[in-house]
Amino acid sequence: MAAAAARLLIRGSHQTLPISSVGTGKQSCIGNALLTLSSGCNSRLKTQRRHAAHFTFQPDPVPTQYGSTQKMNLFQSITSALDNTLASDPTAVIFGEDVAFGGVFRCTVGLRDKYGKDRVFNTPLCEQGIVGFGIGAAVAGATAIAEIQFADYIFPAFDQIVNEAAKYRYRSGNLFDCGNLTIRAPWGCVGHGSLYHSQSPEAFFAHCPGIKIVIPRGPTQAKGLLLSCIADNNPCIFFEPKILYRAAVEQVPVDAYTIPLSQAEVLQEGSDVTLVAWGTQIHVLREVANMAQEKLGVSCEVIDLRTILPWDNETVCKVSGHHSIVSIIVGHFIIGI
Amino acid sequence: MHQQQPFDSSLEKPQFPGASAEFVDNLEFIQPNVISGIPVYRVMDRQGKIINPSEDPQLSKETVLNFYQKMTLLNTMDRILYESQRQGRISFYMTNYGEEGTHIGSAAALESNDIVFGQYREAGVLMYRGFPLDLFMAQCYANADDLGKGRQMPVHYGSKDLNFVTISSPLATQIPQAVGAAYALKRENMNRAVICYFGEGAASEGDAHAGFNFSATLECPMIFFCRNNGYAISTPTNEQYRGDGIAARGPGYGMLSIRVDGNDVFAVYNATKEARRRAVAENQPFLIEAMTYRIGHHSTSDDSSAYRSVDEVNYWDKQDHPISRLRHYMTARSWWSEDDERSWRKQSRKTVMEAFERAERRLKPNPELLFTDVYQEMIPSLSKQRESLFRHIQQYKEHYPLDLYEK
Repeated sequence: MAAAAARLLIRGSHQTLPISSVGTGKQSCIGNALLTLSSGCNSRLKTQRRHAAHFTFQPDPVPTQYGSTQKMNLFQSITSALDNTLASDPTAVIFGEDVAFGGVFRCTVGLRDKYGKDRVFNTPLCEQGIVGFGIGAAVAGATAIAEIQFADYIFPAFDQIVNEAAKYRYRSGNLFDCGNLTIRAPWGCVGHGSLYHSQSPEAFFAHCPGIKIVIPRGPTQAKGLLLSCIADNNPCIFFEPKILYRAAVEQVPVDAYTIPLSQAEVLQEGSDVTLVAWGTQIHVLREVANMAQEKLGVSCEVIDLRTILPWDNETVCKVSGHHSIVSIIVGHFIIGI
Repeated sequence: MHQQQPFDSSLEKPQFPGASAEFVDNLEFIQPNVISGIPVYRVMDRQGKIINPSEDPQLSKETVLNFYQKMTLLNTMDRILYESQRQGRISFYMTNYGEEGTHIGSAAALESNDIVFGQYREAGVLMYRGFPLDLFMAQCYANADDLGKGRQMPVHYGSKDLNFVTISSPLATQIPQAVGAAYALKRENMNRAVICYFGEGAASEGDAHAGFNFSATLECPMIFFCRNNGYAISTPTNEQYRGDGIAARGPGYGMLSIRVDGNDVFAVYNATKEARRRAVAENQPFLIEAMTYRIGHHSTSDDSSAYRSVDEVNYWDKQDHPISRLRHYMTARSWWSEDDERSWRKQSRKTVMEAFERAERRLKPNPELLFTDVYQEMIPSLSKQRESLFRHIQQYKEHYPLDLYEK
C-alpha cells in the first residue's frame, strides 16, 4: 500500500509531540484563515479549541488481582503484552512494516533487542503478504502476531482475512486452522488523520463468521484483551485506538493476565437508557451519561462492548431489557436497536 | 542476492542503498529476453531415452514402477470421476490430464513431513503420499467419511496426516501462507521444507508477488512450483504475461530459478530434489517452472474446444504425455510389458470403481456439522441458529432430503 508518504506525517507527530500540539503554527494559520476569513489566526485560543480532544480519558480502577502494576500508556501496555507473550511462548513471532525499530507508534520498542531478530522482524511493504504469511506461520504451529500499520490499510488483506483466515478451520473440517494468528492495527480517528489514518473498519469484518474483533478502551483493557486474542484459538483482529496510545495513562499489571473475549462490561449502572460503545467512544459516552444526569435527570447505563464479534448480546439485552432506548454506536455510525 | 553495501563515500562507485551496481555512461534500457528464454531442463526424450547419463537419477525399478502406477491410478480416477460428474453424480470435478508427471516427480523428491500447499490440480501429490481412494471419493461426494465434513466443493482435498494443507478456491492465497509456514519450520529447525504449487495464471495474483518477495527477504526454506500448462481457463499465456514465463521472474526477487519439462518425471524429480536439498541447507526459496500442457478441460464447467483446437490437444495427449514417456522408459528396460499394462489397467479400474461405489452409497454428514468449526468453540449465536434449524426441520421435514444425511 502506498502509505509511506502519508505515514510520515502521522509518525512525526506521534513520536515527538503530544496529541494536543499536533500541527505547525503555519499550517494552523492558513487553515484558520481559510475557514474563518478573519485576521485572528494567531489566536492561541482558537488553535487550542481546534486541537482540543473530543473526549476525556477516564482511567480504570487500579487492578489489584494480578500483582504489581506500573504506570503505562496504551502503547506501553501493548508492548508489555507482547513482551509477556514472547517470554512465555518460544514460537511467538511479531512482524509487519517497521516493527523492528520499535514501530511507528512505539508499540514494539525494545522487543527485537530482547528476543532476537528472527522473532521481531520487518516484512516487505505488502499487507496481503503480511496476513497471508501470518496465516501460514499459524497453520505450521507458530503464534503469529501481525501488525497492519493503520487499520485503513487492512483492506489489501481483506481476501486473506475473510476468505482464508476466517474459513480455515471450517473448510478443512478442523484438520488445519490459523487460530494462533492475531492481527493488530491502530484504529480510529486521531484528530488530523483524514481519510487514511482515521478509519474504523470493524463493521466490514463484523459480517465475517470465523474471526474475532476486539477493541479496548484503555491500557489495562488493551493488555488483557490483547493477551486473550493471542491465546485464543481463533484468528483475531485487535484494533488499538491510536488517539489513546499516548493520551491514556493508567496503572497496568506488569505480569500477564487476560480479560475474556465476547464479554461486554457494564461500566455504569443506570435505569433509563443504555448506552453502548467501544474504544475511545466509551469515554465520550461516559461524559454524555453525566450530562444526561445533570441536565435531564436521566439515568444512563454505560456498556463497553469490547468484542465486536462474536459480541455479547446477552449482557446488552439483559441490561437494556427494562429500558425504552438502546443506542449502539459503531465508531461514527449509529446502527440502533 | 542483494545485500545492502556499507556506505563508503571514498569510493567512485554508486552509493545508493537500494542496489549494488556500477555507473554506466551510455543510455541503454534492459531488454527482456523472451525469444530465447530460460531453457527447459530435460532428462529423457519423448521416447523415454535418457539424454545425458550423468543426469539420470537412476531410480530403482520399484520406485519407477511406483511412479507409473500412481500416475496411471490418478488418470483412472480422473476418468471415472469426470464421467460421474457428466452423469450428475458429483457436482464438480477437475482432471489432472497431462500434469501427472509434475505431481509425482515433485512429490517423490520431498520428505514425507514437508508441508504441501496446493492450488487444486495437484491430486497426484496426495496420491503419491498414499491418500486412500476412499477419501478422494468421500471428499468429492461430500459424504460422512470426508475429512472436510462435506463443506467444500469437490477436489478441495486436505490431509493433516500427509501434511497436505486443505485446498481452497481463491487463487494464489496459499502462496504467502506457504512462506509463513516455511518461516515457522525454519525456526523449528527440524530439517523440513514447504512446497507450494500454483498455475501460471495464479502467478498473476498480487499474493504471488507477496509470497515471492517475502520468501526471499525472510530467507524461507521453500520451493515454489509453478505448473505452466499454457492456459488459465480460456486465457492463453500471451494474455497472462509478456515476460519469459514465470521462471524469469524468480531472479527479480533474488530467487534461484529453473524451468523444467513437466512431462518428464525425472527432470521434475531432479529439480525438486536439488531445490529441496538447498532450500533446507541454505534457508532460501527456489522457483521451479514446469512447462506442461493442460490436456483436459479446465473443469467440468468448461468446454475447452471453445477456445483452442482439437489438434493442439491431441498432440500433447498422443505424442508428448508424461505417462507414455515413462512407459517408454520402463519398456526399454523390460520393466513393463503389454500384459503388465493390461492387468494393471484392469486392477486399477476395479479398485477405483469399488471406492467409487462405496462412496456413493455412503450417507452425507449430519446437518449439525454445518455449524461446528466456524470457531474452535460453539459460540452462542451459532448454537441458537443450530437450534432454530433443528426446530424448523422438525416442523417441515418433508421438504428436506433428510434420508440422505446421517442422524
